[in-house]
Amino acid sequence: MRDYQGVDGYFGSYAVVAVLLAIGAAIFAGALLINRLLRPDRPTEAKLTTYECGVDPVGDGWAQSQVRYYVFTYLYVVFAVDAVFLFPWATVFAAPGYGMTTLVEMFVFLAFIALGIVYAWRKRVLTWT
Amino acid sequence: MSGVGFWPPSVLEVVFLLLGLVAVGSALLVVTTRQLVHAALWLVVCFGALAGCYLVLTAEFVAWVQVLIYVGAVVVLLLFGIMLTRAPIGRSDDLDSGNRVVAAVVAVATAGVLVSVVVGGFQHAYADLRPGAGSAEELGASIFRNWVLPFEALSVLLLAALIGAIVLSRTDIKGRR
Repeated sequence: MRDYQGVDGYFGSYAVVAVLLAIGAAIFAGALLINRLLRPDRPTEAKLTTYECGVDPVGDGWAQSQVRYYVFTYLYVVFAVDAVFLFPWATVFAAPGYGMTTLVEMFVFLAFIALGIVYAWRKRVLTWT
Repeated sequence: MSGVGFWPPSVLEVVFLLLGLVAVGSALLVVTTRQLVHAALWLVVCFGALAGCYLVLTAEFVAWVQVLIYVGAVVVLLLFGIMLTRAPIGRSDDLDSGNRVVAAVVAVATAGVLVSVVVGGFQHAYADLRPGAGSAEELGASIFRNWVLPFEALSVLLLAALIGAIVLSRTDIKGRR
C-alpha cells in the first residue's frame, strides 16, 4: 500500500519526476543562455538564411500537405485510443472473476476497430501511389 | 488529513491551483494568438497542465492517457489539419471572427452553467485522495465490471469516425445513386 509521504509514495515519486524535469529544463535553458551571452553576434542576411545542404532555400518552410497524411494521423489517433483500453484490460482479464467474458468483450471491441482498418485497406487508403 | 477546509491550503491544493492557472492561461492564448501553429502548441501546454491536475488528483492513468492521446495524437491531428487547410502559415490577421463577442458571451454562460452545476452538486462533497485509486487495475475493474456496454459502443463510435475521415479525405468514394 503506497502512502502520501516520502519519496517512495505517490506524490513523493511524482515530485521527484517534477524536480528532474525542472533540472533538465534548467540545464537546457542555461546552456542556450550562456551560449547567447558568450558568443559574438554579428548577423548578416546570408547567415540568417536556413541551411539546406548548402543550396539556397526556395519558397516557404510551410507547404500545404496532402490529405492522405490526415488519414494516417487519424488511424494513429484511433489506434492510440484502442491501445489505451488495452492497458486496463490487460491488468484485469486474468484476475479471478473475469474469465472468458472479458476476453471476448475486448476482442469484440478490437473487431469493430479492425473493420475500420479493413475498410481503409479495401479503399486503398494504405497503398502508396 | 483531519480537517476538511480550504485554509490553510495544503501543498497539493496550491500545486493544483497553479496548474489550473497555467491551463486557463494557455487556453486563453490558444484563442488569442495570431499564429495558428502557436495556438496548437499552446494547446500542448494546456493539455499538459490538465494532465498535471489529474496527477494531483491521483488519477494517474487518466493523466498519462491525457498525455498520450491529447498531447501525442490530437495535437498532431490538429497540426495536420492546419497544414492541410492553410498553405502559407504565419501571422494571419483574419483569425478574429465577427461573432467573437457573441462567442465570448456563450462561452462565459456555458462556463457559468457548468461551474454552478458542479458547485451546486458537489459543494459539501469531499473526496479523499487515495493514491492508486486511478491506476489501470482500478479502471479496468470498473470498465469490465460495470461499463462494458459504453466501452463496446465506443468502438462503434471510433469505427464511424474512422470511416467518416476516410470518406471525407477521398474524393473518389461516392454515395450510391
